[in-house]
Amino acid sequence: MPIPSAIITLVLGMILVLGGLWIGQNINLLPVDASVNAPIYDELFRVLFSIGTILFVGIVGLVVFSLVRFRRKPGQIGDGIALEGNLPLEIFWTAVPAIVVLFVGLYSYDIYERMGGMVPLAHGGHGDSQATEERVWGGIGTAGAMQASSEMAVLPLPVEVTAMQFAFLFHYPDGDIISGELHVPSGRPISLKMEAKDVIHAFWVPQFRLKQDIIPGQPTLLNFTPTRPGRYPVVCAELCGPYHGGMRSTVVVESADDYDAWFQANRKLPVSEA
Amino acid sequence: MTLTLPQQSKPPALQPTGWLRYLSFSVDHKVIGLQYLVCGFAFYLIGGALAGAIRTELTSPVADFMPRDVYNQVLTLHGTIMIFLWIVPVVNGAFGNYLIPFYVGARDMAFPRLNAVAFWLIPPAGLLLITSYFITGAAQSGWTAYPPLSLTTPASGQIIWILSVLLLGGSSIFGGINFIATILKMRRPGLKLMQLPMYCWAMLGTSILVVLSTPVLAGTLILLSFDIVAHTGFFNPGMGGNVVVYQHLFWFYSHPAVYIMVLPAFGLVSEILPIHCRKPLFGYTTMVYSIMAIVVLGLVVWAHHMFTSGTPPWMRLFFTIATAFIAVPTGIKFFNWIATLWGGKISLNSAILFSCGFIVNFVLGGITGVALAQVPFDVHVHDTYFVVAHFHYIVYGGSVFVIFASVYHWFPKVTGRMLDENLGRFHFLLTFIGFNLCFAPQHWLGLNGMPRRVAEYDPQFAFVNQISSVGALLMALSTLPFLWNVFASARSGEIAGDNPWRALTPEWLTTSPPPVENWKGEPPLVTHPYGYGIPADQIDLKDASGSDLWSNGR
Amino acid sequence: MTSLSPQDQAVEIQEHHEESHPDHRMFGLATFLVADAMTFAGFFAAYLTFKAVNPLLPGAVYELELPLPTLNTILLLVSSATFHRAGVNLRRSDMQRCRRWLLLTAILGLAFLVSQMVEYFTLPFGLTDNLYASTFYALTGFHGLHVTMGALMILIVWWQCRTPEGRVTADNHFPLEAAELYWHFVDGIWVVLFVILYLI
Repeated sequence: MPIPSAIITLVLGMILVLGGLWIGQNINLLPVDASVNAPIYDELFRVLFSIGTILFVGIVGLVVFSLVRFRRKPGQIGDGIALEGNLPLEIFWTAVPAIVVLFVGLYSYDIYERMGGMVPLAHGGHGDSQATEERVWGGIGTAGAMQASSEMAVLPLPVEVTAMQFAFLFHYPDGDIISGELHVPSGRPISLKMEAKDVIHAFWVPQFRLKQDIIPGQPTLLNFTPTRPGRYPVVCAELCGPYHGGMRSTVVVESADDYDAWFQANRKLPVSEA
Repeated sequence: MTLTLPQQSKPPALQPTGWLRYLSFSVDHKVIGLQYLVCGFAFYLIGGALAGAIRTELTSPVADFMPRDVYNQVLTLHGTIMIFLWIVPVVNGAFGNYLIPFYVGARDMAFPRLNAVAFWLIPPAGLLLITSYFITGAAQSGWTAYPPLSLTTPASGQIIWILSVLLLGGSSIFGGINFIATILKMRRPGLKLMQLPMYCWAMLGTSILVVLSTPVLAGTLILLSFDIVAHTGFFNPGMGGNVVVYQHLFWFYSHPAVYIMVLPAFGLVSEILPIHCRKPLFGYTTMVYSIMAIVVLGLVVWAHHMFTSGTPPWMRLFFTIATAFIAVPTGIKFFNWIATLWGGKISLNSAILFSCGFIVNFVLGGITGVALAQVPFDVHVHDTYFVVAHFHYIVYGGSVFVIFASVYHWFPKVTGRMLDENLGRFHFLLTFIGFNLCFAPQHWLGLNGMPRRVAEYDPQFAFVNQISSVGALLMALSTLPFLWNVFASARSGEIAGDNPWRALTPEWLTTSPPPVENWKGEPPLVTHPYGYGIPADQIDLKDASGSDLWSNGR
Repeated sequence: MTSLSPQDQAVEIQEHHEESHPDHRMFGLATFLVADAMTFAGFFAAYLTFKAVNPLLPGAVYELELPLPTLNTILLLVSSATFHRAGVNLRRSDMQRCRRWLLLTAILGLAFLVSQMVEYFTLPFGLTDNLYASTFYALTGFHGLHVTMGALMILIVWWQCRTPEGRVTADNHFPLEAAELYWHFVDGIWVVLFVILYLI
């Protein structure tokens, strides 16, 4: 007596799910993680990758199986089964994707919150001393910065980023440093306030898993806490003209001591101290 | 046969006959459908050549193949041509115009002259766009034309681009009006809405999207052109304007635009699968409701293209949820198609192979789509090659594969001859392998740091880019067996007869090619367009041997 | 392939278009007007977003008076009523009265345009002065374009209504009905525009 197809289907399904989970956990498609929220992002990626693999392999399997098992052999002229529908089955495969999608949505909302995306923008961790009610247009990570800073009892390091065709300029208000590279101490929250001079640009560090468009006319915020010393690319990720591909800079994450050394070497001393 | 009606008192106006019809202002929906198809395919080849230029540039990490501003023109034209001159006109205008009158049991569309006008807007608009490259320089701000970039790049190219897109949008709207009127108002007596072939529902939904969203693009581009020409400041921050508002207005159309490109393809697949599987379409009613759900949801998800633009957090949350929900009705359709395959008697011909290729490719694109819908995920991959990979899986792996499947399926009806199957399967193999080789690696490129719309990139990505370019080359080569097949078969392919696929829908119940009035005599009433298959209790376990696979039912 | 001579094919083409089916042109026009409304909707959405989010820059001038626009609203609403009367008379085949009402409608429409021009010339801001100035002129200008086209259509229908050579009759009433629907649409858009631009 042949093995009942239900058992074979069950076993195949289990192999599929376990295989998908294994792939999601073990196949690493992402670059190194260098900020506090990067591992959080990578968690989400692994879940999405697992679910995606399971779905894709499952569906490809069904299609290929059908093409082989139900193919018309030479000489056959019959028809298939006159099956118009199956309401319980359709309800099942409406409900299951809806639940999966709902789960993915709620999970990613949680991830987004942990990354600091839900905090209202008007009170970014920038410590604005300006009185003007400046409208801030976009940002992410503000909660992360606030939370980290309150935990560590340390203020986020503010940096003003100016994007123009085709370069990034980083201005440190403390010390009045203007630099072409972004130097940041590892482990300390950083608060970027960004503005564009001409067209829309974007600030993207793949290793931080963070990106924010830089928009002329309205400042945007980006907050993060770097964790892994190294040199990482800052990539412009919004078409800004012919040299868009060449518009990149570097973020140098260094130990607190190295950062202090850089800071001291570059800061402009106030006139009275000179 | 001559209709026995009284002679006209004035001689009838003679219309061009033979192939000249296709160069004339014909009001025959079949002629117009083919005009759309051939014209669209010509633009596909041009857009493909532009893609070839892009992939050639990208074989090396430096910008050495063409000047950078030319590269930006090339990528702008590539996107604009493929969307507005190839896919939208072909899945809507070509197949819609050819098939819808047959499916509703009518002799022609509701507004035949408007139909011709809609088509004839396309060649001049396309010519305008392409010649701008040679005369003034084409637009170079991408098909999305975001200000302020589109306000600071050379104005003439951008204005020509805007004019061209306005004409093409107008063409699309006229077509949409025609489809809605024909499907809702021109059904043959006795034919109910829920008896229509699924492609009619897909086109009804698509046309609703066209009519509601395309005008918003028109308005937006008018405002953009004012900024360029009249120095107003709608989107110019220096004058108090707001660039994010442009993005909202643009994407309000451009997100439904992707459903305008894909829903008709869904409809076409729903026609092709049952016939070659010899089984009814699974779940007709849920398929209809899924289309309507996609139409409604498709109108409220546009800002998922703007997750890093500077929208408030609550807005990003809303659009994440709404976008993720679209996966549900879309998923239903895919499960229904698989259920249509399951238990069938599937002929492994080119039409089925391309349809199954569509299923596989589109599912991958849909999965990356659900991922992209999640804000935290998108923040990393927005505007990178991950997105490029995603949407090519949807529009190429999706719509273009269906277009090819449809050509193999309906070529016999249109020309009266069969396409060669060996060439067709070869075409499929080359296309499927080339396409996946080109675009699958691009997911990795995006995840690891390669932005889109660049001519130069980090050298660590060179090898993967070269693999992708080889895939693109294969895709280019794959058009050769297809074109050869089409031309050779049109002249000397096997005669098809009226109904080579033994199908039930009305276009197969007439000659190949059909007469001017679609059927001699009354239009047939087909109340059960998917009435294939043997009831489960009557299935004969011993398969009858018999005649040739391609028995044409003569 | 059909083996008809070109002559016979041409006869067939003519005949298959003469097979009678109901006139769906009003339905087509209504669908088109939905599309047209969406263009305006885009403009309104842009304007409302600007209002919510983009303050008027310091020093920019944007002030509107109410009397002329209110007059415009009355002119258009009355003109919709007069157009309706024209249609009623056409259906009764009273061509004389129909033409009179049509003329009156056209005059009201032209009065609207004149009044709009007066407003344009007395406004303290120009097209490119600031964001709100630009939006104002874009919106009212686009609407004014529609009024102009509508007025032209009324005059064409008025001309076509003359008997005995006229083509618009009680039987062939589509041109008047179509122009009337278009006019009511333009009127409706104005009401929305009036509320959004002038009242809110």
